[in-house]
Amino acid sequence: MTETLLLVLVVVTALAFDFTNGFHDTGNAMATSIATRALKPRTAVLLSAVLNMVGAFLSLSVAATIAKGLVDANVITLEVVFAGLVGGIVWNLVTWLLGLPSSSSHALVGGVVGSVLAAVGTSGVIWTGVVAKVLVPALLAPVVAIAVAATGTWFVARLTRGLPQDLTSRGFRWGQVGSASLVSLAHGTNDAQKSMGIILLALIAGGAAPADSSVPFWVIVSCAFFMALGTYLGGWRIIRTLGKGLVEIDTRQGMSAETSSAAVIMLSSYFGFSLSTTHVATGSIMGSGVGMPGATVRWGVAGRMLAAWGLTLPAAGIVGALCFWLQHGVGGFGGSMLVFGLLLATSALIWFASRRKPVDHTNVNEAWDEDRAAGLAPVAATTGAAAPAHVAPVESDHASPVSEAITVTTSTRSHP
Amino acid sequence: MSEFIEWGALAHVVIAGIVVGAGIPALFALGLRLLVLPDGGTSAGADGAQGGGPVGARTRPGTARLVGAGLCFVVCVGAIATGIGFLISGGH
Repeated sequence: MTETLLLVLVVVTALAFDFTNGFHDTGNAMATSIATRALKPRTAVLLSAVLNMVGAFLSLSVAATIAKGLVDANVITLEVVFAGLVGGIVWNLVTWLLGLPSSSSHALVGGVVGSVLAAVGTSGVIWTGVVAKVLVPALLAPVVAIAVAATGTWFVARLTRGLPQDLTSRGFRWGQVGSASLVSLAHGTNDAQKSMGIILLALIAGGAAPADSSVPFWVIVSCAFFMALGTYLGGWRIIRTLGKGLVEIDTRQGMSAETSSAAVIMLSSYFGFSLSTTHVATGSIMGSGVGMPGATVRWGVAGRMLAAWGLTLPAAGIVGALCFWLQHGVGGFGGSMLVFGLLLATSALIWFASRRKPVDHTNVNEAWDEDRAAGLAPVAATTGAAAPAHVAPVESDHASPVSEAITVTTSTRSHP
Repeated sequence: MSEFIEWGALAHVVIAGIVVGAGIPALFALGLRLLVLPDGGTSAGADGAQGGGPVGARTRPGTARLVGAGLCFVVCVGAIATGIGFLISGGH
């Protein structure tokens, strides 16, 4: 009975992760189309959601593996998977609040590695695998993407020089939407399968499906649905950072960036050198700024992203480990419920924090002010903006009459 | 380092990435350039053979330009179709 309840909990949490995955990664495909107004914001997220959904159904060669080659497959239990999922979700939500794109799959890997460490210690983790498959690709992905997108943008800028601008931007709008759609489709095929794989693994581990089972239809449908829902609701904060924060982008850069993303993502999986969609997409957008004569890249924003990527694994890992200890310490299904309750509470807190400075389809394209947007925490920025409103008027109310009086007296004295 | 980086796979990704990822937008731009005649005069040498239309006016491009532009766009659409095919076929 307890086992069944835990299984249900794991499935629900996996779908929640799937949701944050879609939510977090809308910007990878659609940020540039929204920023250049090639598509209206809501049209863009709807298109991306539909393509994610279609993508999830496209290819169903799902393997029931999680963090393959990164952790010892024998130590994966439902508790470990559950704690790992919670770590991934929390990191996805925190980076969303900060408006930083970061890889959802790295967050999941980090969470699982953390909970494995807590469960069996360092022997459960295959460190060379973690370095070779997670850390090194995270450094290489943006470099490759910047090179490809910068080259593409440079060629495009050369070839379109002297052409009437209205026609060029109309033409490239089509190219941009087409290539962005391909990125969305690829994301749906890749990332929805990860959640399907987790749920299938949980079903097998919980004895609800035979070991050689293929993915049940309800799992495919629900994974596709929740990822599409997340995509449609749109991580507007991240879309804004990608579309407006990194570089000011036009449709030519948009098409170059998205084509570069689509090509690098698919070629890397073809050559067996998997790179994170998020890292590639972000690198491509930076590259479109590097390659466009006269454009500037805000390297400060890029630096914050890189810092977040470096933190992804340890941060999600710490949350995963804490969750495992808590759940194991309390023990049984009660422990898992406690962790689940904490996850709900944390999510609610993050949601309320986001409402203090909401970003949605109405203000996603507002001009980027690096001075105001700077600082890793919009929460802090909000507090900073709120504080003077309370403090400053009180001070000036006291100060100004006095100083006025002094000024008046002095002037009357000096000029009788 | 070779323990951690598969240099061969990386080189493949970079080279193919540049060819496809940078080549397709460049072809698209080239197609657009062929389709939209540059304002007359400035680049008359380049397109003197076909439709060197009246100065300043956007005339219809000549057949050769149309065919060239069509080829560019067909390659772009073909690349997208190949991408979709790759995703359907399992992709990884």
